[in-house]
Amino acid sequence: MHIIETGNVAAALGVKLAGVQVVAAYPITPQTPLTEKLSELIEAGEMDARYVPVESEHSALAVCIGASSAGARSFTATSANGLLYMHEQVHWAAGARLPIVMCVANRAVGAPWNIWNDHQDSISQRDTGWIQIYSCDHQQIIDDTLKAFRLAETTSIPVMVCYDGYLLSHTYMPFEVPEQEKVEQFLPPFHPSYALDPSSPANLNTVTLPEIRTDVHGEMAHGYMEIRYLLQEDLRKAVQVVEEIDAAFQEIFGRGGAPLVEPYRCDDAEYVVVGMGSLTYQLWDVIETLRTEGHKIGVLGVRLYRPFPDAAVAAALRGARGVFVMEKALSYGYEGALCSDLKSALYDHIPDKSRAPFVKGLVAGIGGREIRTADLTDTLRSGLVGSIPEPGWIGIQL
Amino acid sequence: MSALIDEQRIESPPESDYKLPRINPHKTSEIVPWLRTPKTIWCPGCSNGTITRALIDAILGLELDAEKVVIVAGIGCSGRIAQYLEYSTVHAAHGRALAVATGVKVADPSLRVVVAMGDGDCSAIGGNHFIHAARRNIDLTALIFNNSIYGMTGGQMSPTTHTGDKSTTSVHGNVEAAFDLSELAHAAGATFVARGTAWAYRQLVSVIAGGIAHKGFAAVEAMAACPVYYGRFNLTADPAEFLKGQKEHAVPASKFEEGESRLHEQYPVGLLHHGERAEFVTSLARVREEAQEALRG
Repeated sequence: MHIIETGNVAAALGVKLAGVQVVAAYPITPQTPLTEKLSELIEAGEMDARYVPVESEHSALAVCIGASSAGARSFTATSANGLLYMHEQVHWAAGARLPIVMCVANRAVGAPWNIWNDHQDSISQRDTGWIQIYSCDHQQIIDDTLKAFRLAETTSIPVMVCYDGYLLSHTYMPFEVPEQEKVEQFLPPFHPSYALDPSSPANLNTVTLPEIRTDVHGEMAHGYMEIRYLLQEDLRKAVQVVEEIDAAFQEIFGRGGAPLVEPYRCDDAEYVVVGMGSLTYQLWDVIETLRTEGHKIGVLGVRLYRPFPDAAVAAALRGARGVFVMEKALSYGYEGALCSDLKSALYDHIPDKSRAPFVKGLVAGIGGREIRTADLTDTLRSGLVGSIPEPGWIGIQL
Repeated sequence: MSALIDEQRIESPPESDYKLPRINPHKTSEIVPWLRTPKTIWCPGCSNGTITRALIDAILGLELDAEKVVIVAGIGCSGRIAQYLEYSTVHAAHGRALAVATGVKVADPSLRVVVAMGDGDCSAIGGNHFIHAARRNIDLTALIFNNSIYGMTGGQMSPTTHTGDKSTTSVHGNVEAAFDLSELAHAAGATFVARGTAWAYRQLVSVIAGGIAHKGFAAVEAMAACPVYYGRFNLTADPAEFLKGQKEHAVPASKFEEGESRLHEQYPVGLLHHGERAEFVTSLARVREEAQEALRG
């Protein structure tokens, strides 16, 4: 069934279809309408779940950690400083290998206060061990949310589904709501690899020493370093799992096909613009204009950010003379995190450095600064002749 | 009843003839210079403007040196006060206002620090700071705009939303119990606790002024009208009716019977608790002096 609704409602419907059992959340703009919708669905009996209106985001994720440890499919959502306040538990959920799914309606972080869209909140959680997916429109939000549960439960790694605050969270778009029966075919009920069970007691997440040692049964057990290595190894393997799950989804629902990166007119492109989230689709319009002017330019949307699909990114950029990475976040003190990651991928995957493209990092839309299509077009037009005005922050007025 | 177990909880009773400061409201022309903007984002019928004015009235009435006044605000509708007042203000992260204010006060004890918070900011995400500031008895004035709901994010239930109340996250009625913030402050060790309403303006100015003048942790609960969310969902969407409700629900503390529990429709207003106990910043200075004296031998 096709409906016209907001991005937050798309996420909520995805959560409902996934049969989530525990929701814990705290209000924060622009995420709030998502969890309000879930609260409404649960109270109306349309969702068989428990909703906990906790006292802070830190508690929200802690409740999900408890619920997931007890074997329940668990969900939370947040934005900006709410995500930052969760940070300790964000690391914890990944280290504990709990398949929690969280939606992040991306918003700038304080100080100073700002409630509008950029990606600094989720980018700053890059190193926590969560899988991060960036949705570009409402269809992707609902589909990615469903896929996220299967992905999290297959890999025992929590998943963040990130979408742009306001630009997607509050705007209305038509999208198809998958049928419940098909969702059940795609996403079987959650059978945790381990759940708290009084008949088989265990101690979860207790202190591990720097060196490996025997456990209470006298058997050699993994130490902290081994446990953390396995998280890293499983995250790297998750790139392939993302592709497999997308293929399974496509078979049932007929949508998908570009779960790692989404190239647009990249085949013959001499120049490629790389971005994440809704900006990607805005860039499609921009390069159409530039194409009519005779420039061979394409767009590469990065859909999976962690684990980083380095091989797919490098493959999509092979043959390009120049790459522009346009980001709504920064690793302060250096450059955009995506830009660094992309350069690293090129270094690893293009052995002949004389054939590697130049990479130019650009910053746009920080704190919700309007990203005008005309500005993007002008910037890229300048970029094609190597003359983008410094500092490469589109729309900045100093 | 105090929840402190240390011997320090023994408070000296206040002077028997203690009365809250009586302040004659100032003219609008005297209030306006302390506002940076004639416009706010507060909804029509919201009483945050009334409480903000009462705060200015109290500061003027106490004749405080404006250069020594610092307002620390948290997040939520009330947090906007940090942008509206022509005093030194700090807008803190959600729930962190009291912790930031603690830093301000210990760095310069001569500052008069008022901490503006909403009920959610104060008792949910910042609840821990609230009980610990009270336990420490640090010389701060917590001015709590209590509208019984999260207004800024669109009407979700907060820790002061009563059982059975409706909100966007308790569409069919809240199952949780509500905090009585004044009782919570008292139990946690606040040495000045008072409550006012947006309806009774002079009393509101008086309890705020009493809190600022008090040496120690003062919790001043200002019952706010939120006709747009709390009122529309539970009482009335009419601002005047909402205020009339406050008039009916508020009972002077002296007439509020001992042991009577605070109900949704009945709560004591005015000075609720007043005592003297060692103040945190002063105690810190004293301990340092004693330690240095001991080292000098």
